[in-house]
Amino acid sequence: MYKIIEKNFLAENIVMFKIKAPMVAKSAKPGQFVIVRIDEKGERIPLTICDYDRSLGTVSIVVQVVGASTCKMAKLNQGDYILDFAGPLGNASEFVNLNEEELKNKKYLFVAGGVGAAPIYPQVKYLRQLGVYCDVIIGARSKELVILKEDIEKLGCRVYISTDDGSLGIRGRVTDLVKKLVEEGNTYDEVVAIGPVVMMKFVSMLTKELNIKTTVSLNSIMVDGTGMCGACRVTVGGQTKFTCTDGPEFDGHLVDYDEVIKRQNMFRDEEVRRMHHTSECSCF
Amino acid sequence: MRVPVKELKVEERIKCFDEVCLGYSEEEAVLEASRCLNCKSANCVKKCPVGVDIPKFIEYIKKREFEKAAEIIFKYNSLPSICGRVCPQEIQCEGGCVLGKKGEAVAIGKLERFIGDYVLNNDIDVFKKEPKKNKKVAVVGSGPAGLSCASTLAILGYDVTIFEALHEAGGVLVYGIPEFRLPKEKIVKKEIENLLKLGVEIKTNVIVGRTVTLNQLFDELGYEAVFIGTGAGLPKFMGIKGENANGVYSANEFLTRANLMRAFLDEYDTPLKIGKRVAVIGGGNVAMDAARTAVRLGAEVHIIYRRTEDEMPARLEEIHHAKEEGVIFDVLTNPVEILADENGWVKGMVLRKMELKGVDESGRRIPVEVEGSDYVEEFDTVIMAIGTVPNPIISYTTSEIKINNKRCIVVEEDTGKTTMEGVYAGGDAVTGAATVILAMGAGKRAAYAIDHYLSNNNN
Repeated sequence: MYKIIEKNFLAENIVMFKIKAPMVAKSAKPGQFVIVRIDEKGERIPLTICDYDRSLGTVSIVVQVVGASTCKMAKLNQGDYILDFAGPLGNASEFVNLNEEELKNKKYLFVAGGVGAAPIYPQVKYLRQLGVYCDVIIGARSKELVILKEDIEKLGCRVYISTDDGSLGIRGRVTDLVKKLVEEGNTYDEVVAIGPVVMMKFVSMLTKELNIKTTVSLNSIMVDGTGMCGACRVTVGGQTKFTCTDGPEFDGHLVDYDEVIKRQNMFRDEEVRRMHHTSECSCF
Repeated sequence: MRVPVKELKVEERIKCFDEVCLGYSEEEAVLEASRCLNCKSANCVKKCPVGVDIPKFIEYIKKREFEKAAEIIFKYNSLPSICGRVCPQEIQCEGGCVLGKKGEAVAIGKLERFIGDYVLNNDIDVFKKEPKKNKKVAVVGSGPAGLSCASTLAILGYDVTIFEALHEAGGVLVYGIPEFRLPKEKIVKKEIENLLKLGVEIKTNVIVGRTVTLNQLFDELGYEAVFIGTGAGLPKFMGIKGENANGVYSANEFLTRANLMRAFLDEYDTPLKIGKRVAVIGGGNVAMDAARTAVRLGAEVHIIYRRTEDEMPARLEEIHHAKEEGVIFDVLTNPVEILADENGWVKGMVLRKMELKGVDESGRRIPVEVEGSDYVEEFDTVIMAIGTVPNPIISYTTSEIKINNKRCIVVEEDTGKTTMEGVYAGGDAVTGAATVILAMGAGKRAAYAIDHYLSNNNN
């Protein structure tokens, strides 16, 4: 059993939980994820790690309500317990394997879409602690859905915002900001884009034109998260890869995004049915 | 003639996940035991991977001394209720039985199961533990290899912790083998609880290699030896066009959703979509398990296999049960492409006819494609049951552990010693996908090797 130490709403349907899980906290690295099962009848849900505190033994995860299970989870409160919390899973971000010397002169551009700001956060934090230059773009539908902006600013990097309705930052898409930053003369060694698949697809198309190495992180459907089920398979550069053991981060220019989008919709009908079935979601 | 074993009626069993084989009653077991000739040469024992003294335990069944029979079995095998159900007895113990030459072999598996269940139902304490050694050993994985290694070590007096990546102990016994062949609550959980009584500790949700590394187990957590029994959990795919379409499952995924996650029960949250027509590719036990599970979920199920029924690696009993339950066997057939609709969902397969020509080095007939024989069949779901390879997490994250080109961990055959000091391995992680009992045998051998290593190491 894993205790919820803290719960915060980051937006209307986005919740951050700080979970006591010392073994996971001790080993967690940027880029990795956990598998959570709320109760005996729950499914195993993969969630990216947003932050970790090794001394307190806590791991923070951010949950966006998208279906019955995430809805059930959002209803849990501080002091409640989660039955299973396994991780860290997947490979750490590639830059974790680089030494300070190799990282020193690199410039990173992070592009987060919606709840994608959560997995971006530990990556930027890691790099900023080593003094690496990072710019961050956060895109969302509207102002209320922009999460972790202040937290990321506190890490000492410039944060640019785009919203669909123009309620914060520029009115437009994250790709508009990428284009703008590059046109203004900024150069980047690598773009890390995490968010909705469509966003990652369009960022990757743009950065391919701009010739900037791009990494994306996939949040595929999984059961075990340890390489066993193959549900998370994705075509990268013409080869089938497992998101859980080969990823979750991949070369953004090689991912077959259309396939990823189709596979993510695999259980959509069931989700809708269960949402109606169980109870109307009243977590907010 | 063998005493027939009662089974659930076909029309009942295809509607539920209850166990199909009901096992022997006391009377039936005693009667069947009386058929044993108690041979001096005992070929059955020679063909048992863990060398259970079969004539002796059967002798005690004859005399109705069931606890004594249990004592004999448990000396060699700590999970008889499981092995009695899932071992391929026809090629092991029963394959060696003299009676089998002219008639039917003694039903050794069913008798083993009877004793195993007798122990579980009557709460008999079967283990005799040696004094505590105050030395810690870690076991990675709680499948057959890990459980057998852990129990042997615990009996020898070691403090054993099993680390399991999933949320439930049992490995393939829980996620892979279906309820109707191996009941989870009644049998698997209970046999595992017996091991807990030995003092074995099981920590779930720990992925060794990720949550904690092998080196940390030694350096930070004080373990003096480690056994790796991580199995062969990584599914293979065919590499054909359309294989990533929605509705194509690995058998592992399909069975894990059904078994471990109980997706067939409405009150559980894990979804499982199946459709009306299901194709299962492969001819092994896993293919039969997937096919029979799909039958119970209400589908018309086809087994697609490129050789004939004679070459199928599945146990005869499984093939027989699958047929009884209405699974359709499309043999000498191989998929060449999976067809998807505009939303990416499976709608059918292009299949190609095969014929058998010659034999390969293992003596199996070689399937050859028949030119121009392609045809299309409609399916809603395709399940790939064409084998698995060892899970790579430990070898990815521990450079000291050497693997071969089949991704299997390299070990010394007799001991299971790996290329890393103090680390042993066994089961499917070493051999590639094999049987429960072979994994158990390897786990046990490694336990003795670990005992030898630790006894000589630092005394």
